[in-house]
Amino acid sequence: MASFRRARRSVASFAFTGFCWVVTGIALAALALILWSLLVKGIGGIDQNTFTMDTPAAGSVGGLRNAIVGSVIMCALAMVIAVIIGILAGTWLAEFGRNSLYANIIRFLNDILLSAPSVLVGLFVYEFMVAPFHGFSAIAGSVALALIAVPIITRTTEDVLKLQPVALRESGVALGTPHWTAIRKILWRSASSGILTGGLLAFARISGETAPLLFTSLNEQFLNFNLTKEMSSLPVVIFNDALSAYDDLVRLAWAGALIIAVAVLGTNVLARIITRERRPS
Amino acid sequence: MSVTHQAITDRPRPRGAAFDPIFKWICAAAATTLLAALTGIVVLLAVGGWPALSKFGFSFFTSTDWNPVTEVFGGEGPIVGTLVTSFMALLFSLPIAFGVAVFLVEFCPNVLRRPIGVAVELLAGVPSIVYGMWGLFVFAPFFAANVEVPVMSAAKPGSLLDQLTQGVPNGANILTASIVLAIMILPYMAAVLRELFLTVPVQLRESGYGMGSTSLEVITSITLPYVRRSAIGAVMLGLGRALGETMAVTFIIGNSHTLPKSFFDSGSTIASTIANEFNEATTPMYTSALIALGFVLFLISFAVLAIARALLGAEKTA
Repeated sequence: MASFRRARRSVASFAFTGFCWVVTGIALAALALILWSLLVKGIGGIDQNTFTMDTPAAGSVGGLRNAIVGSVIMCALAMVIAVIIGILAGTWLAEFGRNSLYANIIRFLNDILLSAPSVLVGLFVYEFMVAPFHGFSAIAGSVALALIAVPIITRTTEDVLKLQPVALRESGVALGTPHWTAIRKILWRSASSGILTGGLLAFARISGETAPLLFTSLNEQFLNFNLTKEMSSLPVVIFNDALSAYDDLVRLAWAGALIIAVAVLGTNVLARIITRERRPS
Repeated sequence: MSVTHQAITDRPRPRGAAFDPIFKWICAAAATTLLAALTGIVVLLAVGGWPALSKFGFSFFTSTDWNPVTEVFGGEGPIVGTLVTSFMALLFSLPIAFGVAVFLVEFCPNVLRRPIGVAVELLAGVPSIVYGMWGLFVFAPFFAANVEVPVMSAAKPGSLLDQLTQGVPNGANILTASIVLAIMILPYMAAVLRELFLTVPVQLRESGYGMGSTSLEVITSITLPYVRRSAIGAVMLGLGRALGETMAVTFIIGNSHTLPKSFFDSGSTIASTIANEFNEATTPMYTSALIALGFVLFLISFAVLAIARALLGAEKTA
């Protein structure tokens, strides 16, 4: 009887181990398959026109230049807004608000915003900036992207600031520096690589976001540097082209998807390298 | 010479200290923008959706009649579609994510542990539009040719299987949408679960093994009870992701506003409806109906995320 039970237990455990192996294999295979088809179809779509010509009308030759430039401009602008607000908000949570009721409310709302559906952020910015001023604009697109990036930066800033030893804060005060100088020159500096990592992760996140841009920056056929006008972006171009019936446009969409994926993965890897240098694990 | 208390409090304030309170207020203002943003989202979505909600009342939630021409809008199709696809995605991806997380913590050979862990975390960051394109161009045709057509021709007319698999075999249906969604949230959930399992003290697990437990018993009676609350929170986070996911679904769900009648029937979700139709909405009532849908989505995901955060507590997992 006892040996029977032991056999049953080890069979169950063996089956479970096997299940974990198989499932991990399936998951990795599926994800590898996705990246593989992205790589094959994406590379097939990239040629010298991709980076030198603007998005084409169906049937003519073209590239993604305006979309790439538009994405870079809007992401950069969004990051400027998000870094300023995010770092200051994170600093407030870690240094001033701490465990007060208001700080806990902000922390909770930040967590909600962190995973709120991005399409709703787009709707909000549409109602807030596009509808009242009767115009889609790159600025509205940047604000929408910034809204998605701010919670990420706030969260990481607060987390790394909390990791800094209290002695570091006291040393600043002991030297007779004002509190805000101590924060700027000591705390922010010693937390800089962590904050940078948060910024990179936020950048990686927003550079692939499509939904918030659909109703804010819309799309634009040509290269445009005017922030108050519509501006094209890679994700939106991919979205439009992929759903079109033309092979050329679909090919461009794959090229765009590959460019975005490479940029996002590259940024993530960079963030990971920086984190690893900070605390080896 | 001793330093008196008087001498300390009387020392001149450091230069620039006057800016301290200002800096504090600037930081507080930055934190308040987060509050303002979330309040703004709630208020503007409610205000924007109010015309539709007040005109159609409760039938907005119970009618599937979505007709921009006659300006009659009932959102039951997208609302149900959102819930169904999200829960199905969770159903598919939870066992797999659980298996991957356990594998990484318990069984993985040391050489592979880091690379696979890193790969899973990196994949969690791949933009959803990439998954959407893969779903549309690779998975949907494959699924249509190799699963839908054989299953549909094998099903006897009138049988349960036949009813469950009715539809056009083009790969754009709620089942494929759920599968793509499941693949998309899989790395995210696996990464969060793995992080949770790693918080279990090694001594606890080792004492389990020391008592003669098998791996399965250690997982079910030590690891899982230890992280139970947080694990449910992590699952809810994954659900929240699936609920609000736009691009991966929009490409592949087929975009019809009827209630999906079978697994192979096309449907829509709130997010896909908004993404597809918002820029084509020409009348104020149409726009308002879409924003009202957005408001509903906000309420659903707010509830899910709030529960997730409450369960996860103060832990730093995401």
